[in-house]
Amino acid sequence: MPVRLDYQMIESYVPDGAAVLDLGCGDGTLLEQLIEEKHCSGLGVDKDLAQVHRCIARGVPVYHGDMLEAMEMFEEGRFDCVVLSQTLQQTPEPARVVREMLRVGRRAIISFPNFAHWRVRFQFLLNGRMPVTTTLPYTWYDTPNIHLLTVKDFLVFCREQGLRVIDTIYLSPAFRVLPGFLANLAAGMAIFVVENDGRGEER
Amino acid sequence: MVDNGSVGIVETKHWRFAEPPNTLELRSGAMIGPVDVAYETYGELSPERDNAVLICHALSGDAHVAGRHGPDERKGGWWDVMVGPGKGIDTDRYFVICSNCIGGCKGSTGPSSTNPKTGRPYALDFPMVTIQDMVRVQHALVTEHLGLERLLCVTGGSMGGMQVLQWAIDYPEMVVSAVPIASCARLSAQGIAFDEVGRQAIYSDPSWNDGDYYGGEPPKRGLAVARMIGHITYLSDSSMRAKFGRNLQDREEVGYDFGPPDFQVESYLRYKGGSFVERFDANSYLYITKAMDYFDLRADYGSLINAFRNVQSRFLVVSYSGDWLFPTYQSKELVRALQANGVVTTFCELESEYGHDAFLLQDEQLSQAIREFLRHTHNVVRRTDPSEE
Repeated sequence: MPVRLDYQMIESYVPDGAAVLDLGCGDGTLLEQLIEEKHCSGLGVDKDLAQVHRCIARGVPVYHGDMLEAMEMFEEGRFDCVVLSQTLQQTPEPARVVREMLRVGRRAIISFPNFAHWRVRFQFLLNGRMPVTTTLPYTWYDTPNIHLLTVKDFLVFCREQGLRVIDTIYLSPAFRVLPGFLANLAAGMAIFVVENDGRGEER
Repeated sequence: MVDNGSVGIVETKHWRFAEPPNTLELRSGAMIGPVDVAYETYGELSPERDNAVLICHALSGDAHVAGRHGPDERKGGWWDVMVGPGKGIDTDRYFVICSNCIGGCKGSTGPSSTNPKTGRPYALDFPMVTIQDMVRVQHALVTEHLGLERLLCVTGGSMGGMQVLQWAIDYPEMVVSAVPIASCARLSAQGIAFDEVGRQAIYSDPSWNDGDYYGGEPPKRGLAVARMIGHITYLSDSSMRAKFGRNLQDREEVGYDFGPPDFQVESYLRYKGGSFVERFDANSYLYITKAMDYFDLRADYGSLINAFRNVQSRFLVVSYSGDWLFPTYQSKELVRALQANGVVTTFCELESEYGHDAFLLQDEQLSQAIREFLRHTHNVVRRTDPSEE
């Protein structure tokens, strides 16, 4: 797992005191920060028991299990923000996950590695092998990534799904913020803030 | 890292309440008194009185959670793997309490106790007790006798977990945190079915004599069969396969007869049944299994969500993957209803090849989860306690 520098960016989209659901919460670092610094109430979800233990040690409430199953527990609009940090590409049903996120939450904050980064493209084109980069550090046989996508893919997806893109942040592999027109080629990672169309307010 | 420290030599203490002219009113409306409570405590209560952990035992448990009653005691308390210095529930940090439940036979008032009206054992004149009554008696012990206003944690597995839930519902302001393990809001049809077969085994023993056997020969065979059935439900296909397989007991080939056990698993069950009758009262077995069967938070409060309406505790709900008697989905139902009430809840399902009994075995995953959960909860209490500001 690469260092989660996207956490800081994600935090900036979470209002003080918000109710936050963090899907694939890992060791609970993000939620701990949100609880301690922004007085949020939070729940993490993770399938990995070792991570669940780390969350317990941090005092971060956590649900050990599948994220879709966890979201089924909640009524509509239960959370202000639902975070999916670098996990979308690992979920078997990404479209369903995003729909559920925006059912139980008002706002979804989704970050993912961009498969259209020029290094990825070059590795594939020149070597003819599955790309391995800092944001995509896995070999083909041990990667958890089963639904890799690009910035452009996700923009199209949002349009098709009727999602309103409230904001985007594109980060270079060195975590520098990039302008939108460079995103699909130069972003190692993208962060999208989306809401259901018609319900969102402009930032 | 795992310290196999023991709390050492411990003793069961006794407290009597609801003495005449007072009585204890049970949920059924029946009045009973006096009521004896057998309990044990380990560790020291902190000056801030903020480190008390109450453990609720399961069907066949008692107040003797940890340590030994004497140097000759072989096995130690029923949760010695969890409770002791440096263990999951660390007696160097926490003041640990456990009492035998009402209806039991290990020092607390139950059907084998003397009925003050007749001077003879209650037997089936003993009133039906519920999980709520067990909790009410524990509450009396903890508040009136031990003088505690608050419990850092109430925890227990199986029927103990049912009591944990009832504690958080009935005394929300007292229970800082709750850890029900391998438990449920109501027993499944399958669970009731096994309880009923156990009871039928006792009823069908001629020595049972409608419960009136004290002073004579107790229904040992019936109770032993009940316990054998119980043991099957606490294990699992894979744990039995690993432990016994089809291994033969003290013989080279099967005997083709009905004499001594052919297979190790038969011998094991016979041993477990046989040793149980030496330490347990058949009528208590009847009363306690009934209490488990009747426990139903949905029926009591209209819905499970409603049951947890006033809960203030933070929760750690734990289930075991191999537990088919109290399956994980039942723990998830608890989590769902707690979450619906905004209760701060952590859920984890621990992997185990064993069945329902997994929580009683040495399991570093469970110890670690409870250790970290308690540590953090205790820190929060210390940080927010107004009396320390």
